[in-house]
Amino acid sequence: MAAVYKKEIRAFANGMIGAITVSFILLLTGIYTWVYSLRLGNPSFALSLSGNFILSANLVYVLVIPVLTMRSVAEEKHTRTDQLLYALPIPMWKVVAAKYFAMLTVLAVPCVVMCFYPILLGSFGTMNYAADYGAILAFFLLGAALAAIGLFISSLTESQVLAAVISLILFLLLFFLPLFAPMIPADAVASLVVFLILAALAAVIVYLMTKNIFVAASVGVVLCAGILLVYIAKPALFTDAVPSILKGVSIFDRMTAFSDGLFDLGAIVFYISTAILFVWLTVQSMEKKRWM
Amino acid sequence: MIEVRNVKKHYGDFEAVRGISFTADKGTVYGFLGPNGAGKSTTMNIITGCLAATEGEVFINGCDIYEDPAGAKSAVGYLPEQPPLYLDMTVEEYLEFVGEAKGLRGEKLFREIDRVVKRTALKDGTADFTDRLIKNLSKGYRQRVGIAQALLADPEIIILDEPTVGLDPRQIIEIRDLIRELGHDHCVILSSHILTEISAVCDYVIIISHGEIVASDKLENLTKLGGSRNYIDLTVRGDESAVHRMLSSVPGVISVEIETKDLGLAHVRIAIEQGTDIRETVFFRFADARIPILSMNYEEITLEKIFLALTADTAADPSAEEPDEEDMSPEDAVAQRVLENTKRRLESLTNGEESVPEAPGVPEMPDKPEMPAAPQVTPEPQVPQAPEDTETPAADKAGKKKEKSPKKSKDDDYTPLFGGRD
Repeated sequence: MAAVYKKEIRAFANGMIGAITVSFILLLTGIYTWVYSLRLGNPSFALSLSGNFILSANLVYVLVIPVLTMRSVAEEKHTRTDQLLYALPIPMWKVVAAKYFAMLTVLAVPCVVMCFYPILLGSFGTMNYAADYGAILAFFLLGAALAAIGLFISSLTESQVLAAVISLILFLLLFFLPLFAPMIPADAVASLVVFLILAALAAVIVYLMTKNIFVAASVGVVLCAGILLVYIAKPALFTDAVPSILKGVSIFDRMTAFSDGLFDLGAIVFYISTAILFVWLTVQSMEKKRWM
Repeated sequence: MIEVRNVKKHYGDFEAVRGISFTADKGTVYGFLGPNGAGKSTTMNIITGCLAATEGEVFINGCDIYEDPAGAKSAVGYLPEQPPLYLDMTVEEYLEFVGEAKGLRGEKLFREIDRVVKRTALKDGTADFTDRLIKNLSKGYRQRVGIAQALLADPEIIILDEPTVGLDPRQIIEIRDLIRELGHDHCVILSSHILTEISAVCDYVIIISHGEIVASDKLENLTKLGGSRNYIDLTVRGDESAVHRMLSSVPGVISVEIETKDLGLAHVRIAIEQGTDIRETVFFRFADARIPILSMNYEEITLEKIFLALTADTAADPSAEEPDEEDMSPEDAVAQRVLENTKRRLESLTNGEESVPEAPGVPEMPDKPEMPAAPQVTPEPQVPQAPEDTETPAADKAGKKKEKSPKKSKDDDYTPLFGGRD
């Protein structure tokens, strides 16, 4: 595992990607700190990181994480070096974990630099250090969760560009999700329709993965029947269901609490579990290739 | 060391590997021989754990590749078809990475790197490629780096998928020497579709066609299985019966076929026992009789012939009716016989028997076996059929060709042509 980690770190250090990631994050957080704290005189670094929706530093992740993660697995597949990884006596989960930790190391560099900002700002006024360092931790974990998603997308394709583009589109959708969520009708029937469409989509995905029409149809029928049964039994559950779920998965929106000086444990748990889920999915995706 | 049991691999509906079984031991170089797309690389990927088999088991030093992958893989060094190289690394950085991944640390790691770079000539008295970026190396040197990573940590089993592709002739010789050397104290499996390479390096040959093993034996046995005779083709200007009379008394001749052509030319095909060479005798006899030899060609049953015969159309549909040997073309008959013999040998190996009587020898070839054209690999199984450009024995009977026994000393149907000399 250490060998793969060292290799990845070396690749980030020797290539452009590591430098781009670190410098862009520092550039954007620097600009926001200058605007919010030095120009407007807000005694809060948390505000710079996650303040007013689009006017906050976490937007940088939308652009930077796809670049950081695009080559991680896609390039190995493209150059056939993945065969070496499969043939080495290291379990696949360790390979994926090593790659992921290398990305976290790159993301940690600007966060460590940021830790000096509240102290520097403290010399001009009174800072709420706990809130600021809490926000830096959340900012790092948000990056970690997004990196896991990017890693998974990279494992689905051989093309780095495709991986970057898909990640970028997904992150943009996630970033602007709080804008879309209120547009979706909140009544129970609309939610039911959305869930039924999602069930059908799930069946299509199962078909694409297994090429077995019987299994896919069974999955679709069971999901739709389940949804209808729940709807008949307790229609109240469906009221406002879709908007609240969308709000739940809007990963960037969860940072807002930190700018208000709150330490949102729910958000921390959400970030960590998202990261674990997608790293696990990446391992599964790599293992699946062995069976194809 | 390696035990492969009935391994199958399906890609959707396509069967890439259809039940391959073999064992491989230390101190032997095994050659996987087969046309492109025969399933060599797939089989190697399965043995090394890069691919999972649809069915079957692979044991490496007793460790199941799926149950105990770390134990099994640590005994294997693998060079895939395309060397898995990180182009942005230097050779040393790359080997350090692979060495560490194989569990080497500290002084031992650097000793190992030093050993393998010297062994693969990446570093010698005159040149040192270890601090060069891999992307700046030529294909041949990249191949060497690939081989070097396979040798790191000195695994007992070394699997090389087409190791000499892209090398210049001198490098090919060096790599072959290296493989032979490794074969003394390792179990080496290499794949190739280059016959000379297999016959130059391997002790044991496994011929794969359409995802099946069609022959598996020591190189010398495999050549013997092809038939116990070689052939001499002659074109002479002379009388058929005189030629026949002259040749039938030469020791070592098994059979003579003569086909007369216009202008008094006769094409003669002489089957001779293996290990005999009667070319000089033939030359002097014809010279004494003043029959001019216009051409003489010595043809040995080689691995190439066996290979072509076996891989041309052996992917018989099991449901298809087995063709009658009478209706087969001569090379199909050879292939059939070799298959039978190989199956018997394989059965004897699995039953633990010491020796098994061989099936009757290769049937006499009444016709000049024109080998089929380059083997056509198609994913669909094919029913064996005679190559289009080969006449069947039935057709021969209707033609001019005649087969005569060399035992016959008198020629009953002697008719001189153009005043041919007796």
